[in-house]
Amino acid sequence: MSLLEARDLSVTFGGVHAVRGVDIAVERGELLGLIGPNGAGKTTLVRLLTGAVRADAGTIRFDGHDITRAPAYARARQGLAMTHQLVRPFRDMTLAENVSLAAAHAVTARPLAALLRTGRGAARRRAGELLERLEITEFAGRGAATLPLGVQKRLEMGRAIAIEPRLLLLDEPLAGLNQTEAARLADLIATLNREGLTVVLVEHNLAEVLRIATRLLVMVEGAVLASGAGSEVMRRGDVRAAYLGESRAGTGEGRGARG
Amino acid sequence: MEAYILSLVVFGALNVMLALGLNMISGFCGQISLGHAAFYGTGAYAAALLSISGLPFAASLALGALVAGALGLVVGFATLRVREDFLAITTMGVGFLFLGFVRKQEWLGGEFGVAQIPSPLSPLGFAVLAVGGALAMVALSLHLRRSWMGEVFRAVAADEDAASTLGVDTARYKLWAFVLGTACAGFAGGIYAHVTGLIVPDAFDFIQSVTILAMVVVGGIGSTWGVLAGAVLLTLMPELFRFVNDYKLLIYGALLLAVMRWSPSGLAGLAALVRRALRSSPA
Repeated sequence: MSLLEARDLSVTFGGVHAVRGVDIAVERGELLGLIGPNGAGKTTLVRLLTGAVRADAGTIRFDGHDITRAPAYARARQGLAMTHQLVRPFRDMTLAENVSLAAAHAVTARPLAALLRTGRGAARRRAGELLERLEITEFAGRGAATLPLGVQKRLEMGRAIAIEPRLLLLDEPLAGLNQTEAARLADLIATLNREGLTVVLVEHNLAEVLRIATRLLVMVEGAVLASGAGSEVMRRGDVRAAYLGESRAGTGEGRGARG
Repeated sequence: MEAYILSLVVFGALNVMLALGLNMISGFCGQISLGHAAFYGTGAYAAALLSISGLPFAASLALGALVAGALGLVVGFATLRVREDFLAITTMGVGFLFLGFVRKQEWLGGEFGVAQIPSPLSPLGFAVLAVGGALAMVALSLHLRRSWMGEVFRAVAADEDAASTLGVDTARYKLWAFVLGTACAGFAGGIYAHVTGLIVPDAFDFIQSVTILAMVVVGGIGSTWGVLAGAVLLTLMPELFRFVNDYKLLIYGALLLAVMRWSPSGLAGLAALVRRALRSSPA
């Protein structure tokens, strides 16, 4: 049984079919690279899976449970974590406080316990370990809003890992980073995956995706175009055409791919 | 003179309770409410009627807080789907609904309100009770801020959707904020009813709600000590300067605008600035 299985998933925003009839299965232990041109529906798919957006049609099963109607917080508690494309730290908290709050998920799941408890020790220790791992310990005490983008990206990742997920959905974690930063963060994602964490990686940085992903899924115009091993998928004519459309759009020659 | 001072102490303490309660909702949890006086009124009416029906004072007070908290829960439920500006307008509407309802109910005395509420304590007794209650709420407020619930409130205030991706049931936390904050107002309302012996709907109108909000904002939204100072200051100002009382709304409105423009974190923010300046200046 797949860890996550979505069937015939569709959602429409104001007449635009952002995601149309998508079938996707995420297998335990894989690092699935999800690619496609801008507007292909990748972010919407991630938001459908995490519950930020409700599907108009289709079903989502996570570890055998139907979570189609479950709210975002319930999915997170079941082990579905995500990072945002545009970073969303709690801005008036420090980096360490951001990650500690996520690490305290067992307490914050019960409001009465959260009201009675003040002890930060365990959560802070756990957050400290994660910051160490993400190599951002030196920023621990700094306000989240004042951090450089690269650190904020890692903060998001730390916060997501801190809830001890079984599936991590990363929405363009490498965007905005320079080559060295991107490569190091990609290495970290690959390491987490090797340690057993299943990862879905939405990313435009093809070189890094091809380097670390164990499987590739290509989306175009709200639908899945291709899926398989990276090198195979990238050899396909239709996939190349979709990306060529993207690069033409990038140089201002119109964007046929969007329709 | 002594009676005057004691009543000033009582009203200052009541305002502290009201402002601290609203601060739990709007300051800690980021849910703007413009209808806080409705819960003050609910506690006052509930406790007054219970006392008149023969219940002991302490039980009336506790039940008044409970009824206000229950109404807070209902209003919280009704407002879960609205955020920010819409929440402000909705809670303002709750205030008007409360007034409109109370004014038309004969069993609540209509426009004339409820009179002959028993007065079980001496003026000094009421002052001690009110100050004690205010101090208890300061303690609750300080604890809340330090607790994990306070930490979740901060996250909900900053970014509700991001908080829910961490497994936080943001709706339940918002309800907790509403219940705690409105129960504080209800408790204050119970004391108010018994101190004055007479309550009328007008005491719980929109102006009262804005006055409480002004105390929170002037003191420093989110800061327990700041809000405490704001409540005391805005209680004393109309007493010390007669003209403030005559132009109360105008002055509170101007104060609100000035604070939001020049010192968004209120007196607490100013105090922090001064502390920092003192620390960094060579001794």
